[in-house]
Amino acid sequence: MAPRINPGNSQALVADNLIKTYPAGRGKPPIRALDGLSFTAEAGTIFALLGPNGAGKSTTAKILSTLSRADSGTALVAGIDVARHPDRVRRAIGFIAQKPVSDPTATGRENLILAGRLQGMPAGGARARASELLDRFSLTDAGDRLVKTYSGGMARKLDVAIGLMHRPQVLFLDEPTTGLDPEARSEMWAELEAMTRIEQMTVLLTTHYLDEADRLASRLAIVDHGRVVAHGTPNELKDGLRGDAVIVELAPNARTELALSALANLGGLRELSADDRTVRARADAGGAALPRVLAALEDAALPVASATVARPSLDDVYLQHTGRAFAAGQPTISEENAA
Amino acid sequence: MSTMTAPSRATSKAASGRQPGTIVTHTVILTARHLRAFARMPVYLIMNLVQPIIWLLLFGQLFSSVINIPGFGGSGSYLEFLTPGIVMMMALFAAAWAGTTYIDDMNLGVMDRFLTSPTSRVGLVISTLLFQAVLTVVQTLIVLGVAWLAGARFDGGVTGILALLLGAVLLTFVFSAFSNAIALLTRQQTALIGVSQLISLPLMFLSSAIMNTKLSPEWVGNVAAFNPFEWAVVAGRQAMQHTPDWAAVWGHLGLLAALAIVMTWVATLAFSSYQRSV
Repeated sequence: MAPRINPGNSQALVADNLIKTYPAGRGKPPIRALDGLSFTAEAGTIFALLGPNGAGKSTTAKILSTLSRADSGTALVAGIDVARHPDRVRRAIGFIAQKPVSDPTATGRENLILAGRLQGMPAGGARARASELLDRFSLTDAGDRLVKTYSGGMARKLDVAIGLMHRPQVLFLDEPTTGLDPEARSEMWAELEAMTRIEQMTVLLTTHYLDEADRLASRLAIVDHGRVVAHGTPNELKDGLRGDAVIVELAPNARTELALSALANLGGLRELSADDRTVRARADAGGAALPRVLAALEDAALPVASATVARPSLDDVYLQHTGRAFAAGQPTISEENAA
Repeated sequence: MSTMTAPSRATSKAASGRQPGTIVTHTVILTARHLRAFARMPVYLIMNLVQPIIWLLLFGQLFSSVINIPGFGGSGSYLEFLTPGIVMMMALFAAAWAGTTYIDDMNLGVMDRFLTSPTSRVGLVISTLLFQAVLTVVQTLIVLGVAWLAGARFDGGVTGILALLLGAVLLTFVFSAFSNAIALLTRQQTALIGVSQLISLPLMFLSSAIMNTKLSPEWVGNVAAFNPFEWAVVAGRQAMQHTPDWAAVWGHLGLLAALAIVMTWVATLAFSSYQRSV
């Protein structure tokens, strides 16, 4: 009866046409959090759900981890139907919520041992595994301190360790680095990369950081308005875009609609768009297109603050599939591409 | 990948959260979690005790002559009449706050983590009941000690005290489970405080905790007969007397025990309501 991955079917996660609505209050239509979301993730890989807040990533993680139930659709975790056998799914998974999952009034070690015991580990086994994980996450010195004395990065590492206690087949990581400073974030990324190698399990990562998905995930799905709008490996998604991005930021108070009309008749530009005072276009040879773009803008008497040519990034993939620039507390796109 | 099917995975031997052995194990380790947290903040015990002891000494002095009103009945001092009532008030008020632990766990991701693991729902409820019961027993013994120092003498002996403790523990179970259910349904500290105050004060005044209902309007006595808090007060006060009416004691304790089981069941069901809301 042990839940295990069928070798003939290497999909560790299957979501098929998930629909989930939440009541919005009296007299209002319900909010549709998931609108036919589907994806599959192979065993032993990190799969990322990427999208802005409210896209449906956390709702998907909650349904797959048995916390919440879909209105309709099917979800399989490690080959087990989450709606029909939630008890069996719960033994096969670790779940790290967006909010801290450790008890701040207990020590790190106590948190780990409790989690292991609740998963059915014997006391001795839980103690040994707790020491091993504290060591692996460089928390041994802090292991017997109360969690409320931990830094944000330490507490998040402990959260991940709690999820790993019983060696789950599938680990859910709901925005593991949100709220961490850049140093703690890159440390967490290194930990997660090492962890996947050592534990050999499937990870469902939800994130609104493009660079996080790019670095950690072997495959990803872009989620928007409760649906998957694009999926593939990071490279496949980038290769799906034709040409380089040409990004021009106009000076403050410049009128973007004038810029759009000035560039509309310029040959060699595709997917011309603007938001706020940033104008974007795509060109087969970005380096050659840029001087012509700048000349056209100068002819139209539109001052330019900055101009960038960039190879396709996940930002562009996101923009192409959702029609919106990715801005979830992120540096602006031109800054990131210029870097 | 062959390691994915390795039998060493703990998942293959973990027991289901619905098996009796698992419920007991989970209850024990979760109760230990609450007791550990409490042991680190023992000042809560003193905070819980301040109000009941002030009431005991203040009311005991202030109303000491009501015992002389014709029809009050009984022998002994008003302090002796009052003490079981104060014990039950203390148990009621502390239990009504029990859901705070769940609110804290829900505000963090701790509750969601428990609910996505094989953690027994029944164990989650019963562990908070047992923890609250330990507090009730310790606090009751302290209040009895203070009453004794203030001059109260109880004829019921050890048996009477044990029956009083049992009544206080059952009352704690009923209202801790109720408080847990409210916490899971409302998910907000302010709502929990509002509901517990709305419930606690009327229950206290529609009882014989501080005044013999024979001296109250008749309807108060009629309503009090259906008041679980009054069941605990009657059982405790009877048990502490020289010749208790044991039928009345056990009858009321039985009602409390039955209600405690129903409330525990309701609190367990409330997890589904919480999971629908997340």
